[in-house]
Amino acid sequence: MSKIEIKNVYKIFGNNPQSVMPMVKEGANKEEVLEKTGHTVGLDNVSLNIEEGETFVCMGLSGSGKSTLIRHLNRLIDPTDGEILVEGTNVMSFNKDQLIEFRRHKMSMVFQRFGLFPHKTVMQNVGYGLEMQGKPEDERDRVAMEKIEAVGLSGFENQFPNQLSGGMQQRVGLARALATDSDIMLMDEAFSALDPLIRSDMQKQLLDLQSELKKTIVFITHDLDESLRLGDHIGILNAGKLVQVGTPVDIIMNPADDYVKAFVKDVNRAKVIKAKVVMKDINNANDIDKSSLIKVNEDQFIEEFLPQIVCSNSNCEVVDKSGNVKGYISNKELQSSLTKS
Amino acid sequence: MEIKKNKNLFFNIGLLLFFVWLLIISYSSSKRKPDNIGELLNDFSWLQKWPKWLDLPLMKWINIGFKKLNETYGFIFEAINNFLLAMLVALKNFLILAPWPTVVLGVTAIAYFASGRKIKTTVFVGFCTFFIGFLHPIFWQKAIETTAIMLISIFLCLVFGMPIGILMSRAERIRNKILPVLDLMQTIPAFVYLIPGIMLFGLGAVPAIIATFIYAVPPLVRLTDLGIRLVDKEVIEAADAFGASKKQKLWGVQMPLALPNIMQGINQCTMMALSMVVIASMIGTRGLGDEVLLGLQQLNVGRAAEAGIAIVLLAIVLDRITQSYGETLQERRAPEKKKGK
Repeated sequence: MSKIEIKNVYKIFGNNPQSVMPMVKEGANKEEVLEKTGHTVGLDNVSLNIEEGETFVCMGLSGSGKSTLIRHLNRLIDPTDGEILVEGTNVMSFNKDQLIEFRRHKMSMVFQRFGLFPHKTVMQNVGYGLEMQGKPEDERDRVAMEKIEAVGLSGFENQFPNQLSGGMQQRVGLARALATDSDIMLMDEAFSALDPLIRSDMQKQLLDLQSELKKTIVFITHDLDESLRLGDHIGILNAGKLVQVGTPVDIIMNPADDYVKAFVKDVNRAKVIKAKVVMKDINNANDIDKSSLIKVNEDQFIEEFLPQIVCSNSNCEVVDKSGNVKGYISNKELQSSLTKS
Repeated sequence: MEIKKNKNLFFNIGLLLFFVWLLIISYSSSKRKPDNIGELLNDFSWLQKWPKWLDLPLMKWINIGFKKLNETYGFIFEAINNFLLAMLVALKNFLILAPWPTVVLGVTAIAYFASGRKIKTTVFVGFCTFFIGFLHPIFWQKAIETTAIMLISIFLCLVFGMPIGILMSRAERIRNKILPVLDLMQTIPAFVYLIPGIMLFGLGAVPAIIATFIYAVPPLVRLTDLGIRLVDKEVIEAADAFGASKKQKLWGVQMPLALPNIMQGINQCTMMALSMVVIASMIGTRGLGDEVLLGLQQLNVGRAAEAGIAIVLLAIVLDRITQSYGETLQERRAPEKKKGK
């Protein structure tokens, strides 16, 4: 069973969404529906599974429905039709109190423009989720301090959010989401408002935290590099429809349609593809010249060993962590894998 | 859609019927109508000048209504009257019996704390308070009477105005119903409120309190509603996402963040209350307004001017205290970046 299952979810914005449903189900596209009925299709038959402990990145341009989708998971927005299962329970079946309990314990969220409470200190902000859970103040402060340290903001706990820079504010947002110790973390364009250097810094921090905590993260972004760096799986949305779901390599090597192709066109493949993806299995590698070999780790990105290979004009021997040979990459193949489109 | 259209149509037809009914009633109850309705068809002079018989007997209805109201529910008004009067007398006596230096010091102290320990505001307010009595010894007691009526009115405004504002911010439907009522309350000339007050409560301070309340409450309601709705959407979403109940959201997030606006509302409310209390001297309410009236009646420019200045001073004192408290709040909620950082 997947951690989160989204089944045939539709969301239509307008005065009378139900009346438009039949039309949308018959396959009318966004423009037609808008023109004929004045309703906006937010999500159009979206189904996907998110596994426990993975980072699922949902990507698309603005207006593609990605922020709408993430708000369905904790029901900040209710779907017009469809089911959302979290750990096998349909969140649509919750009543008001159950929903509040669910939000307090199961999910936490990080927002694009941080969504911090301007009238609370950093410590109170981070402890907010715990406050909602009804934890006593001393425990709240203790856990909050822990998380503030974890995101590297010690010493700022008594400041107010608007005394901090954007990057620091988002760290507070991250700490607040971590503090509740929920299994699932929703991140709505969490790093999009930050400048590039701080963004990559935050991405690294998130990866480090994630390698330790193994939470289920649903991450929304419009930045392909970010999604490739963070995601175990990526789902691409276009005009409310899910166009493709797959691992980063899938998306890059086999884009499903022109929309995805346009997305991945400018990606630096060497940065994304690991050695084990392009290698030929040890049994099928008889035609590769093994006279001059360079050892690379299977988890290394091509970028890391590319200069070496190109300069020495030799082939690669791919090994795993303990040094066992897994396969080979010929010089030629390496080049073609970078230019394939 | 069909049903909605039909509903609208029926409503409009109903309105039309009501209008026709009003015409018939007005005509048949008028004493100045022609003996025979046929005359109207022979003699068209009634089209030239507004005919005396085309007169809605609203005045008569309201008078009858008020009389009935007084006869049947008189005891309720009596109870309200006694309650308000008791509060007023207690407050007034307390302030009048206290030695004047203590009152001046008390007001100064309030200004000191409300302004966040700003010396300039404090000294200014202290001097203004002193000058009220300094202008004319009798003004001291009059100013206290005026202030007491105002304070009770403002208290009523808070008790009724804020909950209405909160309700309005929550439900579009309620807001759409209440907004026109507020418009009406603000457009009806202030004088008009005094009359039903006299009818129901007799002459004196209580009708002044009621009229002041009606006159001063709209800005508070409006600004409470506005303040709550202006709270950043993402902050509200954050509170929701972490599982805040409606109550926790209101008191923990919305009200604190709306407070600067609400304080502005209280400030507006205070200023309008002062102007109304002065007008209320027309119905025998004692206070500073009554000095202006006397000066006017005796054509004593000096006296009227002195009283006028005293009113301005009182206004300044009240305005400074409420305004600076709002500013202090805002500063505390959203402090400037610390110096030297």
